[in-house]
Amino acid sequence: MPAAAARPLALLRRYIGRWGLWIALAALPVFYGVHDLTHGYAAGFAHNHQVIRHDLSLLGFNLVEGLSNGAIWALIAIGYTLVYGIIELINFAHGDVFMIGSLTAAGLWGTLGLGLATGPLGLVAGLLLTLLICMAVCGSLNVLIERVAYRPLRGAPKLASLITAVGFSFILQNVGLLWLGGNPVGVNDLIRENDTVFHISGVIVHRADVLAIAVMVPLVVGLTWFINRTRAGKAMRATAQDPEAARLMGINVNSTISLTFLVGGMLAGAAGLVYALYETNVWYFQGFEAGLIAFTAAVMGGIGNVRGAVLGGLLIGCIQELSDSRLGPQWTEAVVFAYLILVMVLRPRGLLGEETREAG
Amino acid sequence: MTSGVSGPNPPAGNVGELVAQLREWRAAIESRLPPWSGRALAAALIIGGILLPLFFTQTSGFLEATLIALAYVVMALGLNIVVGFAGLLDLGYVAFYALGAYSMGWFGSDFFFKEHVHVLVSGIAAHEIGIHLNFILILVCAVIICAAAGALIGLPTLRLRGDYIAIVTLAFGEIIGTLAENGTSIHVGGGQTLTAGNLGITAIDAPYFPGIGIFNSLKLRPWYWLILAIMLVVLFINLRLRDSRLGRAWVALREDEVAAVSMGIPLVRTKLKAYAIGAAFGGVAGVFLGAYYTVIDADYFAFTFSIFVLSMIIVGGLGSIWGAVLGALLLSYINYYLIPDVFNSIPHTFGLNFNLSQLSFGIFGFLLVLVMILRPQGLFPERRRKLELTEAIASDDAQLVEGGL
Repeated sequence: MPAAAARPLALLRRYIGRWGLWIALAALPVFYGVHDLTHGYAAGFAHNHQVIRHDLSLLGFNLVEGLSNGAIWALIAIGYTLVYGIIELINFAHGDVFMIGSLTAAGLWGTLGLGLATGPLGLVAGLLLTLLICMAVCGSLNVLIERVAYRPLRGAPKLASLITAVGFSFILQNVGLLWLGGNPVGVNDLIRENDTVFHISGVIVHRADVLAIAVMVPLVVGLTWFINRTRAGKAMRATAQDPEAARLMGINVNSTISLTFLVGGMLAGAAGLVYALYETNVWYFQGFEAGLIAFTAAVMGGIGNVRGAVLGGLLIGCIQELSDSRLGPQWTEAVVFAYLILVMVLRPRGLLGEETREAG
Repeated sequence: MTSGVSGPNPPAGNVGELVAQLREWRAAIESRLPPWSGRALAAALIIGGILLPLFFTQTSGFLEATLIALAYVVMALGLNIVVGFAGLLDLGYVAFYALGAYSMGWFGSDFFFKEHVHVLVSGIAAHEIGIHLNFILILVCAVIICAAAGALIGLPTLRLRGDYIAIVTLAFGEIIGTLAENGTSIHVGGGQTLTAGNLGITAIDAPYFPGIGIFNSLKLRPWYWLILAIMLVVLFINLRLRDSRLGRAWVALREDEVAAVSMGIPLVRTKLKAYAIGAAFGGVAGVFLGAYYTVIDADYFAFTFSIFVLSMIIVGGLGSIWGAVLGALLLSYINYYLIPDVFNSIPHTFGLNFNLSQLSFGIFGFLLVLVMILRPQGLFPERRRKLELTEAIASDDAQLVEGGL
């Protein structure tokens, strides 16, 4: 008797388990796509009349903006995921390392004299130079934090290092506050970020979008190569899997962990530079918000997994952009976190998650 | 628990001997004390606590810092149940503080301007529009609302493990914060909004007790005694819970979920109870602080707040009740007294024209790092955890074998 009653329920449950997540993720774009086609959307004024258009170009524009914004979150999320994978620490200071990267970039442009009048060649050379410096600064800052705040606590209860991470996050925010003051500071729009590069069937792609993707893709490809192909990368994977066994196999665990922090910090530095160009303003509190979003991205993708962090970052970028443009920016945070809870309920280990040591 | 990359070094030579010597002395002193000494100490502390405000003026800054610190003690004790006892890392505790504060705002002000409900209130509150309940009734409402919300937030985390719980609770905390902020655009019928957003719900009723009268912000002593009483009740509940069947079930779940469940501990009910009880205490503190600040503003309910309370219990020693009390007192004094009132005058005494308040959260962060590096297990570690830690030091090899499994 119960079998007959339970069968549709079990079927439903299996159906939700397999497809629920994809349905949830597709819900927003599909809903607004259908809405745009049937009801149309306001596309500015012409001849004193509001123009209503019935096509998908606004949705496409939202998604392009979302992907490029998500590229920044992806770069930061990789730092979270690498560190979590290797020492199982939520590195709360990571977002603030990213903030220091942005401030460094903005400061360097002033020092180098990069302005709106700089020619294209000088601009490219200057930006590349600042990119390298930002990555170096943030990488070494991250290594320093690990050395001072996390390494002494390696054998201690796990949450102890969480608190030192919070402590360092406060310290870095204070550094940012003293550096630039309490309000957002405008940065020269060096690349004229809102210029259109090209458009595909009405979907406009801006320079900032191209920049974000152009910085993110090579870095992620390089990182994947580094982790999968080099000896140091192999050591990182081994340490993440089992630090004790890795040590017995002759891997220097401490320097491998330092290396992980270096790589994570470098990516955060790159993200900081892109963010400064993308948003054209920087302030001391940006790291906190970005850190929260990027950590969410890392968890959504499955923490400990680099591809997951990239996927999570891009997805969150799109969700944010859709919510910003359709529901209003004040609701974006709630929408992003509601999606996170959905992902966690439907797939407790994240989109591409593997078992971490503790969970397994 | 620990990733165990390299165990902590055993205390070397002289220091180790000194520590052993100190432990011996302590044991010797403890064995000679009469059996009632613990109770005598507790009674002395309580009486000292009750008499404390008589040594300060009614508007003293120290007294204000102390009563805020006591409210944080209540919250730390609540969070300690979730994170310390049950081992569920909760980063969204601010949600319950917010719900408690909003209970105060909803049921103790003219916010619901269409209602005329008055229950056991006196003074201006008895004639105004809005819902006005007695302070104790509001506390009860907050406990019910927060316990329900706590259980609700706990539900999706039941399948999750480790730090995934942390992020889901964080998400809930942030969603509640966003709702509080945008509550002005959520209409609950007839022009009535859910919250007053960043403007804040103002004109919160002051607590009223027969014999004491209506509280006001120029006389801090009644406020102090009120929160002291609340804190003592919460502390007592905590102590009883720790040694109860439920408390032992929480610790068992924390230490080994599979083993605990196979011994017959109901997983869902036990975890949800931890969330609900922890949340209820957060709500109680929220009601008190809401009434004390006389404004309920969405700006208070930020993620940093959850982190602040979490730092208290970790600095104090996770899972230890006295640790939570001590950690909460320490960090709130640092934040609400030492940094604004004491440190800020230092540059001035040296004749420097320098404003230290710009450095306040840098100093706070630095102190957090310092405390954790000097005492990774917290100031007052739980007895059980202390045993674990010393065992780990004694047998590094055994840990190696365990780590390999």
